Amino acid sequence: MKAVCWMGKHDVRVESVPDPTILNSRDAIIKITTTAICGSDLHLYNGYIPTMEAGDILGHEFMGEVVETGSGVPNLKKGDKVVVPFTIACGNCFYCKKELWSACDNSNPKPETAETLYGYSGSGLFGYSHMMGGFAGGQAEYVRVPFADVGPLKVPDSIEDEKLLFLSDIFPTGYQAAENCNIEEGDTVAIWGAGPVGQFAIKSAFMLGAEKVIVIDHYEDRLRLAREENENVETINFDDKEVYDKILDLTGGRGPDSCIDCVGLESHGTSFDSLLDYAKAYTFLATDRPHALRQAIYCCRKGGTVSIPGVYGGFLDKFPMGAAFGKGLTFKMGQTNMHKYLRPLLEAVEEGKIDPSFVISHRLKLSEAPVAYDRFNTEKDTWRKVVLKPQ
Amino acid sequence: MHKTEEISTLRPEKKQSLTDFLTNTEPNISQVERIVSGIAGGGLVAYGLKRRDTAGVLLAALGGLLGLRSATGHCQVYDALGIDQSDASVSEWLKGKIEVQKAVTINKSPAELYRFWRNLENLPQFMNHLEAVAETDSKHSHWKAKAPLGQTVEWDAEITEEVPNELIAWRSTENSDIKNAGRVRFKPTANRGTEVVVHLTYEAPAGRLGALAAKIFGEEPSQQVSEDLRRFKSLMETGLIMKVEGQTSGRIGEVVEEKAKARAQGGNR
Repeated sequence: MKAVCWMGKHDVRVESVPDPTILNSRDAIIKITTTAICGSDLHLYNGYIPTMEAGDILGHEFMGEVVETGSGVPNLKKGDKVVVPFTIACGNCFYCKKELWSACDNSNPKPETAETLYGYSGSGLFGYSHMMGGFAGGQAEYVRVPFADVGPLKVPDSIEDEKLLFLSDIFPTGYQAAENCNIEEGDTVAIWGAGPVGQFAIKSAFMLGAEKVIVIDHYEDRLRLAREENENVETINFDDKEVYDKILDLTGGRGPDSCIDCVGLESHGTSFDSLLDYAKAYTFLATDRPHALRQAIYCCRKGGTVSIPGVYGGFLDKFPMGAAFGKGLTFKMGQTNMHKYLRPLLEAVEEGKIDPSFVISHRLKLSEAPVAYDRFNTEKDTWRKVVLKPQ
Repeated sequence: MHKTEEISTLRPEKKQSLTDFLTNTEPNISQVERIVSGIAGGGLVAYGLKRRDTAGVLLAALGGLLGLRSATGHCQVYDALGIDQSDASVSEWLKGKIEVQKAVTINKSPAELYRFWRNLENLPQFMNHLEAVAETDSKHSHWKAKAPLGQTVEWDAEITEEVPNELIAWRSTENSDIKNAGRVRFKPTANRGTEVVVHLTYEAPAGRLGALAAKIFGEEPSQQVSEDLRRFKSLMETGLIMKVEGQTSGRIGEVVEEKAKARAQGGNR
């Protein structure tokens, strides 16, 4: 089959590789019908995530058709149309039982590196480095899905792929970010980063009862999309204005009730090649650039919540702990507990409350992935979300 | 309740005069320490005398004491602390007794975990270094394991203690080449599953040098036990041990293409 392989920094190629096979009884093989490139794939593309190996198959946002199941997957049959969540979870451990699916104890077979870095390892992820399990990803014609009796969500044939695909990551990720804000009546939510996750966080904040959403970014096209797609959205281009002053003006001097950082570690571009060395040496040098996060903490009102769906990997420099403490802020963060949101959000799509396909900016063939990665990385304003079709 | 072996290095208190204390030369330090003390003592005397100052005199005196300690095998400091190391010979030290204790919490009842473990023939399913365990009767079993540097070792073991759903203890029998003992306890928690605590003691094949070689080649005992327990947890909770070896990648793709190329070139000739 054809698969998108990471061969090194800024080097992604479509290679001929062997078809995946069932390796555990709870595996299924899915024939991919639609897949996408995620903003977090750019962290891999730009070489910021350690433990990638040349030849690793990328991709954690995908859906398709079941072609083969192991003996431990009674819930799926050949021909079923499914969306696969990007976090892998066993459904049996303490964390899965508590709906903390992204903390699954049993889905990462290579937890040693994460344990060295973080104390404990989170769940395995598709196509996202060997410290996250080294699972082959879904930017390919076929993919092996472990714990397929727990993860894949059966979806109706009658709804087209593009409305369902983002249930695999960015829609639930934006939704969890908004849910973590514990939104109450009359709340204003400020969101840094108007990329695809930010766009879903905006819609989710409104779904959960926010009165107003303020969006901060410096790509004018993304801010325009946020305004066009939603009522009661105010946008701030942080290149133009003092963000704090503008936010005060928009909130009657109160500040937002909660702030969401949908940017993450590449806020200003950085390097954490030596993440492992830093952790091992116990030196506290910065590895991530938390510009957006600092601003979110500073702007948040007293007693407010800062919710962080943006990915961080290492150490932060000049983290404004004094501001966080002085205002009594609450922090919520982490990989998305995907499995918890799949069904409720599928219902929202079925009921027509949301059409997630609005974030798509480009549709390409799988074979065009190298170009897609390059343009997505360099032309962020217009290349917002790329969908790839294997056939 | 299970028995614990009391290991004590403290000698019973006995009264003695100051003269007795200073003149007692009954050996109480090990052979290795005697040799090390001798070398260090000699060095300190030489260095102290060379300095020709007050500090030098004190260092030389300390060196002299170390030398005396080496010659007599008796240490006043150990005596005061009640420590006796004289039975630890050079060969004992080289044998390298290794002790490992690890714990894991598993989301299953103590009874389910006990039942699986007590069937010792199940152990190779999650202990990767074991090739096979065969139970010969209700108390005895034959074990076959991979040893460092590609060796294989075999031994017989006996169950020394078992409390259903709580504890299993075993050790190698007297005539075994490799001496080892293990104990696993299953402790229930209020609502977090079962805490499984494993304690292993063994003399590494090829002794302490073998253990050192094993560390270099990545078969470190403590790491091995951690990984075994992680596999045990996964097997008990999910019914499987997650595999990623053997999955597809661009690395295999290259190999496939190179083979195809080689075949094509072969065909041309």
